[in-house]
Amino acid sequence: MLSRLGLRVTALGYLTVILLAPLVMIFYRTFQHGLEPVWQSLSDPNTLHAFQVTLIAAAIAVPLNTVFGILCALAIVRRRFRGKGLLNAFIDLPLAVSPVVIGLALFIIYAPRGGWFGGWLSQHGFQVLFAMPAIVLATIFVSVPFVAREVIPMLRELGNEQEQAAGTLGASRWQRFWLITLPSIRWAVIYGVILTTARCLGEYGAVAVVSGRIEGHTETATTRIDDLIQNFQTSGGYAIAVVLAVIAVLVLVLMTLTKPKEEAA
Amino acid sequence: MSIEIRNVTKRFGTFTALDNISLEIPDGSLTAVLGPSGSGKSTLLRIVAGLERPDTGEVLLSGEDATRLAPQRRNVGFVFQHYAAFKHMTVRDNVGFALKIRKRPKQEIRERVDELLELVQLSGFADRYPSKLSGGQRQRMALARALAAKPRVLLLDEPFGALDARVRAELRDWLRRLHEEVHVTTVFVTHDQEEAMEVADRVAVFDHGRLEQVGAPAELYDAPASEFVLRFVGDAVRLGERLVRPHEVVLRRWPSDGAVEVEIERIAVLGADARVDLADGSGERLTARLRREELEDLDLTRGEIVWASADHFRGVASAVDAEAAQPLG
Repeated sequence: MLSRLGLRVTALGYLTVILLAPLVMIFYRTFQHGLEPVWQSLSDPNTLHAFQVTLIAAAIAVPLNTVFGILCALAIVRRRFRGKGLLNAFIDLPLAVSPVVIGLALFIIYAPRGGWFGGWLSQHGFQVLFAMPAIVLATIFVSVPFVAREVIPMLRELGNEQEQAAGTLGASRWQRFWLITLPSIRWAVIYGVILTTARCLGEYGAVAVVSGRIEGHTETATTRIDDLIQNFQTSGGYAIAVVLAVIAVLVLVLMTLTKPKEEAA
Repeated sequence: MSIEIRNVTKRFGTFTALDNISLEIPDGSLTAVLGPSGSGKSTLLRIVAGLERPDTGEVLLSGEDATRLAPQRRNVGFVFQHYAAFKHMTVRDNVGFALKIRKRPKQEIRERVDELLELVQLSGFADRYPSKLSGGQRQRMALARALAAKPRVLLLDEPFGALDARVRAELRDWLRRLHEEVHVTTVFVTHDQEEAMEVADRVAVFDHGRLEQVGAPAELYDAPASEFVLRFVGDAVRLGERLVRPHEVVLRRWPSDGAVEVEIERIAVLGADARVDLADGSGERLTARLRREELEDLDLTRGEIVWASADHFRGVASAVDAEAAQPLG
C-alpha cells in the first residue's frame, strides 16, 4: 500500500516537474496581461503566415505518410522479399536520427551549389532549399514512421484468414483491402494519423536547417517562436507556443478517445 | 459438382506436404479427409479452394481445369477452423458478404440471409457482432456465409476442431443433416477418425503427404489397405505376428491352428461389451473385446490360460512385411 502510494507520488511528481510546470509557466506568461495582447500577436500577418506554412506542410505530409505507412506495413507483414529487414529498419530511421541531421542531409542534397540534385533543379528554375518544398520534404521525412509503426502490430494480430475467407467468397484483392483489411486496422490508422499530425505540427529541427526562416515567407509556427524570442518579442512567441500546446492537448484527448475503442474491437 | 485431383504434389521448402495425390470426389458426396497433423490433408483442401497452388498436378472442378484459377473465381465455400469471422461486421453482413460482392439487390440479400440464418438456427442473432457469439454459433455463421452464394463445393477445414466435445457432437449431426438438405458436394478435413466415420459417406486417409486409402467407412475398418489405416481407423492389437481388431480376437479354452496361448490379466465389463486384457508367453500384451454373453459362456477368470485366435481376420495380410519394411517406433 505504502510502496504503491510512493510509486504514484514519484511518477506524478516527476511528470509535474518535467512536463506540467513548464507548460503552466507558458500559459501563465502568455495570459499574464489578459487576452487582448495574445489576440494581437496571433493576428500578426507574419504569424498567421507561419501557421499557414505549417498547416500546408502537414496537409501534404500526413496523407502521403498515411498511404505510405499502410503500404509499408502490408509489405512488411504480408510479403516476403529481399531487403525486408532493411525496410523495417529504415522506417524507424527518422526516430533514431536527430531532425537536425535530417535537415543537414536535405541541405547537402538540394543545395543549389554542390548539392546532388540542387544544381540541376535550380538551373531549371526550381528552388527547393529556403522554400516551401524543403519544408514539406523535411516534414514528410520526420513523420514517416508513425502510421506504419501503429499498423504493423495490428496487421500481425489480424492474420490473413479473414482476407482468405473473403477471397473464397468472391472478393477481389481490391475488395478484400477495402472491405476487410482497412476496416479491421482502422483504429491503428487513425491513431497513426493523429501521431503523424502532431509530429508534423511540432517539427522544428529539420525545418530550421532547410527553411531559411524568412519572416512572412518560410517561417513555420515553431521556427517563428524561436525567431520572436530571439528578437525579444517574447509575448508573440508565447502566444504561438500556447496554440501549439493546446493542439497537443487536443491530440492527447483524441488519442485517449480512440485507444480504448481499439482494444475493445 | 465433382472434384478431381490429379497427381498433385506440394512442397514447403524441403517438406513434402502432398506427394503425387490423385483423388476423385463424386458430385453430391460428403467426403472426409482424415489424417494425423502434418499429413497434408489441410493443404489438399486449400489447394482445392485455390488458397495454395500445387507445385505439379491439376485440380478439376466439374471437369474443368481450375488449377490456376484465383479463389474468388472458383465459387467454392470454405469454412476455417477458427471461423475467420469478419469481426467488424454483424452476423447479417457476414452471411450476406458473398452476395454483396456479387452486387445482388438488397431485398434479395435480405431474404437469402434470413433463409440461411434459419437454416443454421441463428435467426435471432442477425444484428449481433461475432464477438458476442459462442464458438459453435460462430462456426454455424461461417457455414451460412460459405453457403450464401450457392457454392459448387463446400470445403471445411477442421470445422469442429476448436469446439468442445459436446458442441462438436451436436454440429456433426447437424452437418450430416445439412448435407441431406442442401446436397452440395462437401469435403471436410479432420484428424478425428470417429468424426470422419460418423459423418462422411466416403473417407480418404492421408499420412505423410500420401493417400493411404479411400473408401466407405466400413471398408476402411474391415479391409484396411495398410497397417497405418488399420491402426488409425479403430483400435488394433498384435496377435502373434498379425495385427487385428480387438473384437476379432476369439478366445477358446483349447488350442487350435495358429492360436496363441495367453494368460488373462484383467476383465472389465463395459455395458454390452467386455474387455479382456491378455498377455502371451513373451509378455506381449493385447486386448480382446467380447460380447457379455460370450464372456459368460466362457466363464473366464483372472490368471487362467486360454488360446486366442482371429478366425475371421480380414485385416492387413502383410502386416508383418509392412512392419519389416517400415518399423514403427
